[in-house]
Amino acid sequence: MNHEQFNNRNVSETYYLVDIEDYPTDGWGKFKRVVKRTFRGELFVGLWVVLREMIKFDIHTVQYPQEKMPIGPRYRAVHEMKRLWESGTERCIGCGLCEKICISDCIRMDTRVDENSRKEVTEYSINLGRCIFCGYCAEVCPELAITHGGRYENASEQREHFVMFEDMLTPIDALKAGKQLEFEGFGAITPHEDERVKKTPLSY
Amino acid sequence: MSEITINIDGKTIHTQEGEYLLSAARANGVFIPAICYLTRCSPTLACRICLVEADGKQVYACNAKAKDGMNITTTTDAIKQERRAIMEVYDVNHPLQCGVCDQSGECELQNYTLEMGVDAQSYSVKDVARPSKDWGHIHYDAGLCIVCERCVTVCKDMIGDNSLKTVARGGDALAAEYKESMPKDAYSMWNKLNKSIIGLTNGTDVLDCTSCGECAAVCPVGALTDTHFIYKSNAWELKQIPATCGHCSAGCQISYDVKHESIANPEDKIYRVMNEWNYVSLCGAGRYGFDYQNANVTKDEAAFNKAVEAFKKADTIKFTSTITNEEALILEKLKEKFGYKLVNNEALAFQTFLKNYSEISGTTLYSGTLQEVAQSNFIVSVGTAMKSDNPNARYALNNSLTVNKGAALYFHPLSDPIIDGLGKSIVSIKHKPLQEETILYLLLDLFADKEKLPAKIAAYLASFHSTKTITIEETIKETIVEVVKSMKMNEETGIEEEVEEKVSKIVPKKISKEVEVDDNRLFELVGASKDFSDTLEKLLAKKETFSLVVGADLYAHPHAKNLARLVALIEKYSAFQLVMIPSLTNSLGVALINELSSEIGKYSIGYNTKGDFTLSALGDGDLDMPSMNQQEGTLTSINKRVNPTNAALSYGGYELNDIANALGLSAENTISYTPCLPLSKGFKSEKFDLLPNHYTNAGEEVRGYKLKNVAVSHAENESVEKIDTVLSLGESLIYLVNPVRQFSEFTNKSTNLDEVSGVYMSAEYLAKSEFNEGESVRIKSDKGEIVAKIVSDNKIGGSILCLPTFDSKLNSEALFGGYRFNSASIERV
Repeated sequence: MNHEQFNNRNVSETYYLVDIEDYPTDGWGKFKRVVKRTFRGELFVGLWVVLREMIKFDIHTVQYPQEKMPIGPRYRAVHEMKRLWESGTERCIGCGLCEKICISDCIRMDTRVDENSRKEVTEYSINLGRCIFCGYCAEVCPELAITHGGRYENASEQREHFVMFEDMLTPIDALKAGKQLEFEGFGAITPHEDERVKKTPLSY
Repeated sequence: MSEITINIDGKTIHTQEGEYLLSAARANGVFIPAICYLTRCSPTLACRICLVEADGKQVYACNAKAKDGMNITTTTDAIKQERRAIMEVYDVNHPLQCGVCDQSGECELQNYTLEMGVDAQSYSVKDVARPSKDWGHIHYDAGLCIVCERCVTVCKDMIGDNSLKTVARGGDALAAEYKESMPKDAYSMWNKLNKSIIGLTNGTDVLDCTSCGECAAVCPVGALTDTHFIYKSNAWELKQIPATCGHCSAGCQISYDVKHESIANPEDKIYRVMNEWNYVSLCGAGRYGFDYQNANVTKDEAAFNKAVEAFKKADTIKFTSTITNEEALILEKLKEKFGYKLVNNEALAFQTFLKNYSEISGTTLYSGTLQEVAQSNFIVSVGTAMKSDNPNARYALNNSLTVNKGAALYFHPLSDPIIDGLGKSIVSIKHKPLQEETILYLLLDLFADKEKLPAKIAAYLASFHSTKTITIEETIKETIVEVVKSMKMNEETGIEEEVEEKVSKIVPKKISKEVEVDDNRLFELVGASKDFSDTLEKLLAKKETFSLVVGADLYAHPHAKNLARLVALIEKYSAFQLVMIPSLTNSLGVALINELSSEIGKYSIGYNTKGDFTLSALGDGDLDMPSMNQQEGTLTSINKRVNPTNAALSYGGYELNDIANALGLSAENTISYTPCLPLSKGFKSEKFDLLPNHYTNAGEEVRGYKLKNVAVSHAENESVEKIDTVLSLGESLIYLVNPVRQFSEFTNKSTNLDEVSGVYMSAEYLAKSEFNEGESVRIKSDKGEIVAKIVSDNKIGGSILCLPTFDSKLNSEALFGGYRFNSASIERV
């Protein structure tokens, strides 16, 4: 086997090795370096950059928490529970796959049969103290009901604070306003899905 | 039956001649797919997926019998095509609701669809509306049903209720082109499937059966489910605890499926009970009566100290047979140490019966097991209300009738529509109470080898016989010669003329004939019908293996000793295998381990029964004890097996072992006593942790160990008392028996078993009487009286009032003097 491709550690042509002078090894050399750095005025270089940028008023600092950077649609922060666009009902069918796949065992749900003999999720909780935001729950969900959202601020008195179903569910007015976002990370429908599926014949 | 060798896929397999190929393959680890087949039941032939090629011919492995030297290929290209087409057909119109289906992946439709590699559908038919139905304790979702008919088969061949059948589905027929284009077996299977759906045999919307739930257990998809379990939990979340059912003496293997109760309560809860339905069938109590645990118990030190004080003060310990072998041994050890009297009347009666039996038989235990009953083809049941006393004995009986072409005689005073409904080959004989002796004499007379039987008994039996002359009408065939005149064309002359011809005819003619027949007075004494000897002859045709099942009516009979000896004689001098039904869960274990006494001293301790100081697993005593699903230990079953059971739920309180340790015994756990069970009675010195609890693929029971049937010295004297003709009870009878699904206060505590407590009257009896359902009545016998509400029960017939023991508030035992029948007066309160 040809190992040449492994030996060339230059990742690309635009990369170059930084030219760093050798470190002094003896005491005299170290003393000379201290004196040189002290009287070189490097401090003023830094101060000058700050002053220059201040005068230019071209500031790149994000004024967090007043300002927030936009994050990618595939970012995996605190979970969201989605609603069906048409009816507004919850997408979650209580199948329990997220509970099963969760590797940190932080999801639990209670289900029962409701008055319309449908499966109803009576309680659903995610222990955020244990969640590692791996995204498996969103990936396994057959209904695209549980997804990750963009809410990454989880300051709380206790790490173990749970998120309950109601907290995660898209508010109905947000849904009506069309503000529910589909998650594009793992588990989302891939483009051209229809072309890949073999259609089942129907006698209707 | 002889051992033969067959070859499946190049693997040499030894099996029995006539064994089904599927069973032979399964027993030897060869996989043949099968959906509709149930081990122990007759082949249904609904799914046809078990197609194999035997000696170049396609056969169904579930009903093709093994022949010596057979060559079997489990998969060929043609078979693969058939199987794939069959699975595609099963998937046609099957709802895609796997996410909420209660089968939650334990689904044979899913498994085989993947196994056969079905990735696309090629068939279709218009679906019809298939509404889901609520049948009480069972929920039927017809939309999910694949009509494999496993439920129908198990209900018919194992349980005997015959409550389910296939009914017409309606809707479109299959498109004509499929007949040509589809694989043959897949088409015919679909053609049948497309026309049927599961319905109830009684034609109503309510399932009226003995509520065992076996149909839901065997369902390969989520079509039949237990109503209590709908949408409660997914199968994969449940942890299975192997155990032994603690409700009756059958000692069925079950698994308690546990999971945390809810998000708020992390304590384990039992969600359902599962069984290995190929090898063991449960009754309703076993399946639904699982939440009888003694919950929320903590270590109450004050109560514990009082208990220890009470044990120091007491001279008697009363207990029931809902107890493990180990606890029984602890009580026995305490008895040895402190000289307690151990009182358990029901177990004492059984113990005495066994002792009297062994005096003639020479063994501590009876010879048969329920498996042998199921495999025999002539069964006699005496002295037990089988469906209530031990449902598994009824299943064994029914299994013999349906699968083994068996026949049975059921002797009992109480008429039982469930037993009568098992089929035409079972004859129930309603005898008078206290006539059990006569029945056993009749069995001796009919089946015992008279040459070997002690001369005195043979002579006594002969005294019942006499010859009588009866007139029978016989039809004989007689040949008559008639002269017939007819017009015929004379060929020569061409003129029609009259000719006389002789015609001989055979005509049936009835004649009366006098014949001498044997008249057996015992038939009349047991209350059999006039044509009983003819019926018996028909029943006995082609029968080779015989089983006798006896029950609790005999143990507490006034002449129990004589009955025990008679039973032993039947076993000794006839071909009968004997099974005795222990009256309660571990009556057999208690009878073997404990030395029991009948008298109660001054101060008694009650264990699960009322005493001056009461230890109770029901939560109503002075000190709490763990219930059967909260403790580990072993139970001795009717099949003479010591079965281990594990704790499914946690228990925070004190156990009997703690008290024993405080009193000077020393053992770390209750199960430390398992190896100490008395070897002289047939127990083995085996550690609890090493006891297995499972079935093999061949259906072999690998559970605990089998008791050794120890030989004991037996007396030469085989004399038995003659029939006591004086003994009788009055007209208005009462009988101590529980309704189906109820055994004790523990089943009564279970929320899913909702039998109403009261005194049970058959509908026929109720209509005839002056009483109405729900009315309070006072029942008075020579022993005592109770007041209870009347409940109508359609699972019993005749006019005997049935009193239950499962409700301790209703002190039914007070009316009886041991024997399960008595006469009593009933009046309105």
